[in-house]
Amino acid sequence: MARTTHTLPVLDERAAGTPADAAPKSPAPHGSPRPPRTVPGWAWALPPVAALGYFFLYPLFLVGKQSFSPDSGGHSTEPWTDVIEEESFRKALWNTVWIAVGSTAGCLLLGFVLALVIAFVPFPGGRALSRFIDIFLAFPSFLITLALLFLYGTVGMANGLWTDVTGGASGSGPIDFLRTPWGVLLAEITYFTPFVMRPLLAAFSQVETAQLEVASSLGARAPRIVRQVILPEALPSLAAGGSLVLVLCLNEFGIVLFTGAKGVTTLPMLVYSKAILDGDYPGACVVAVVAVVLSVTLYGLYRAVVARTATLTGGARRAGA
Amino acid sequence: MLVHSRGGRWTAWTVFFLLFLPVFALPFLVVLMASFATNWSGAFPSHPTLTHYQDITKGDSLNALTTSLWTALAASVLALVVGGWAALAAERLRGRQRRLLDTLFMLPVAVPSVVVGLSLLVAFSKPPLLLNGTREIVILAHTVLVTAFAYQSVSAALVRLDPAYEQSAASLGARPAYVLWRIRVPLLLPSLTAAAGLCFALSMGELSATMMLYPPDWLPLPVQIYGATNRGSLFTGAALAVVLMVTTLIVLLGMGRIRTRASYR
Repeated sequence: MARTTHTLPVLDERAAGTPADAAPKSPAPHGSPRPPRTVPGWAWALPPVAALGYFFLYPLFLVGKQSFSPDSGGHSTEPWTDVIEEESFRKALWNTVWIAVGSTAGCLLLGFVLALVIAFVPFPGGRALSRFIDIFLAFPSFLITLALLFLYGTVGMANGLWTDVTGGASGSGPIDFLRTPWGVLLAEITYFTPFVMRPLLAAFSQVETAQLEVASSLGARAPRIVRQVILPEALPSLAAGGSLVLVLCLNEFGIVLFTGAKGVTTLPMLVYSKAILDGDYPGACVVAVVAVVLSVTLYGLYRAVVARTATLTGGARRAGA
Repeated sequence: MLVHSRGGRWTAWTVFFLLFLPVFALPFLVVLMASFATNWSGAFPSHPTLTHYQDITKGDSLNALTTSLWTALAASVLALVVGGWAALAAERLRGRQRRLLDTLFMLPVAVPSVVVGLSLLVAFSKPPLLLNGTREIVILAHTVLVTAFAYQSVSAALVRLDPAYEQSAASLGARPAYVLWRIRVPLLLPSLTAAAGLCFALSMGELSATMMLYPPDWLPLPVQIYGATNRGSLFTGAALAVVLMVTTLIVLLGMGRIRTRASYR
């Protein structure tokens, strides 16, 4: 923190020393002995943008470049044709997409129900619970898979309960889905549901309780109120939360790595195994480019939805004031 | 109040806890229970022990903890400098320039962390900047990944800042640098500490990019947890995970306290 505060004034001194050809945008403050020489606003943004460019954008560009540079030398589309012909790549792409879509649907459903109860059927301790969910967001995702291993693993609570009841041998329980895509799906729904609940709770706090009372006094029952009053209000937040979760699920690596299943390969997992385990950098770069294009496109969609939501709620607040 | 009948309310609450407890509360409980156990063949773990925690106080696990703490500290300070600066610069921009800066600094959130790791590996494995195999590349990756959150938190805080203070300071003749240092940064302090706490927590738990980059002598805690569970030492992994969660919580709560203290000043 101290460094932020120190660097910025230093920059200002240096910037003030440069010839100021641009006219000052704002009128000089009264009492100032001379008009302050200003640099254009965009010049301030240059140092952090340069840092980001060198350490983030330029490496990404090199990944794109490397995907056209096979190990044999020269430039060709050979890595691309190789990877696209691989069965494992197509399977990983399919796995990534369906697990992400399935998890998003699960998160939206679960998050909507949970947020609905916290917001509209309040109970003591409900606020503490929503804070607990915030803490949940600070923990790494792989902890969930670790926990699921103790819950549903071959030695774990659920199978242990089964052997306790039936008296079977230890480790003979019937529950064994963690190393399948369903295990990844369950872990992702668990971990990402709070990302849906947070915007939903914010949206629900904007719903006028009077509206609910009116609907209720006119004879509407709870399911109908949810469908016709609450759901329309929540749709923008659902869309925003859903598209964010979709991107995060596409990019998820820790959960899949900890599952340790050979059969569940997603695109991030394929990048890791190609680069680190096989040492095939051009191939890894091809998969990386596909993953980045997929995620960034969807993320652009998410930002568009959020921008729309922001203007909508902003308008509603003004109308209510 | 959506549900008026007493029975309906109880039904709603029952459904809520039937969903909430197994999904959110149980994972923490089982990891905590497992960290004290040596065997889990029944419904509950057996043979309680403290050895997993005693092992952490020495050797590789302790190294992993300090490694994670240093990495997270360095990454969050760097991210706060870069992200905070960019957010302050973005505030002066309008229209297309502003949107461009927002997009640029939010982009690392959209790109898979594994790809961020791969890209650093590709870019800095050759001169002029040879970072592959050093601890700096791990810190760099964490910084790239958390800068977006620092940028977003500081941007959001700047929007909420009351412009009256800086305007009156400026009208009294304070130079922009003085206004920034004496007015805006103190007002932003609570948000800056909250952003630092968030960056620290995220960096403590970062696994994806780290798996691509970590050198043998700079092994953060998540990698150590993965190593333990991959070897089959699930209970050691659980103890390490509890240490990770508790450290993260302490840092977050500490930052939270600073926040309230500053807001009463």
